[in-house]
Amino acid sequence: MSKSKIMRISVALLAGLLFGMGMIISEMVNPAKVIGFLDITGNWDPSLAFVMGGALAVFTPIYHFIIKKRAHALNGDKFAWTSNTKIDGSLISGALIFGAGWGLAGFCPGPAITSIASGSNIILAFILSMIVGIILAKQYQQGRLPLPFVGYRKKICAI
Amino acid sequence: MENFTPWSALAGGALIGLSAALLMLFSGKIAGISGIIAGLLTPQKHESSWRAAFLTGMIASFLIVAPWGFTLPDTGSESIVVVSLAGLLVGFGTRLGNGCTSGHGIIGLGRFSKRSIFATIAFMGSAFMVVFIRNQFGGL
Repeated sequence: MSKSKIMRISVALLAGLLFGMGMIISEMVNPAKVIGFLDITGNWDPSLAFVMGGALAVFTPIYHFIIKKRAHALNGDKFAWTSNTKIDGSLISGALIFGAGWGLAGFCPGPAITSIASGSNIILAFILSMIVGIILAKQYQQGRLPLPFVGYRKKICAI
Repeated sequence: MENFTPWSALAGGALIGLSAALLMLFSGKIAGISGIIAGLLTPQKHESSWRAAFLTGMIASFLIVAPWGFTLPDTGSESIVVVSLAGLLVGFGTRLGNGCTSGHGIIGLGRFSKRSIFATIAFMGSAFMVVFIRNQFGGL
């Protein structure tokens, strides 16, 4: 294995551990906590805004003062971010659909994966149906699956 | 506001931000969880092992924090029908919109990406709306 690959895999494992620990410590993994945050007109619990605030307080300066100034990552790989800057219908409708699912059960992908360790069937059901949703989206984007009201996607673009 | 826990939320958030920064600085990858899962479903050369390692780390993270008394919440009382529908919407929506709470809400916002700012407003607004409507029907 090349040095860059060893670094890529070990950093990913460490980053995954930190990410999961952050999800558990901040209680992002608790759907009741998430719904409490989303319930702005009721008994609002603003805690989860602090999760995002804490994450941005660490990530934003490291990105702008260190990462952005580099030509490539420390292991020599290219940075994977997209150069796409277009606000289009796919972006907004996708985000609206995701938000509806997030509000419905209080799970988003990160907390669901972290919660696999709880051994709950509910988590398993969420992850399996999420995988089905990912596959259906791929089919739709390739113009192979009609949606209700919308029909087949006509303009096919490479995602 | 009796459930308000700002300090653990800030500390946990800081760990998430550190994780995203390390992954990007050392190997140029984006810690967007929906993108990592979707990437494993359509594997490309050199892009699967790090994704698998990241997810393994996430699942194993519970073993590290458990000795300090942290627990994973009991989700046994949730409705499996509602949760499955939610999973479908989350999977479909994150692919169509190219990201979730981590990819858009943390990395995208941190990079001041215009796409991520719009996406975050859209999914937050939509989630607020769904919770509001459900509350009108007594938790449905």
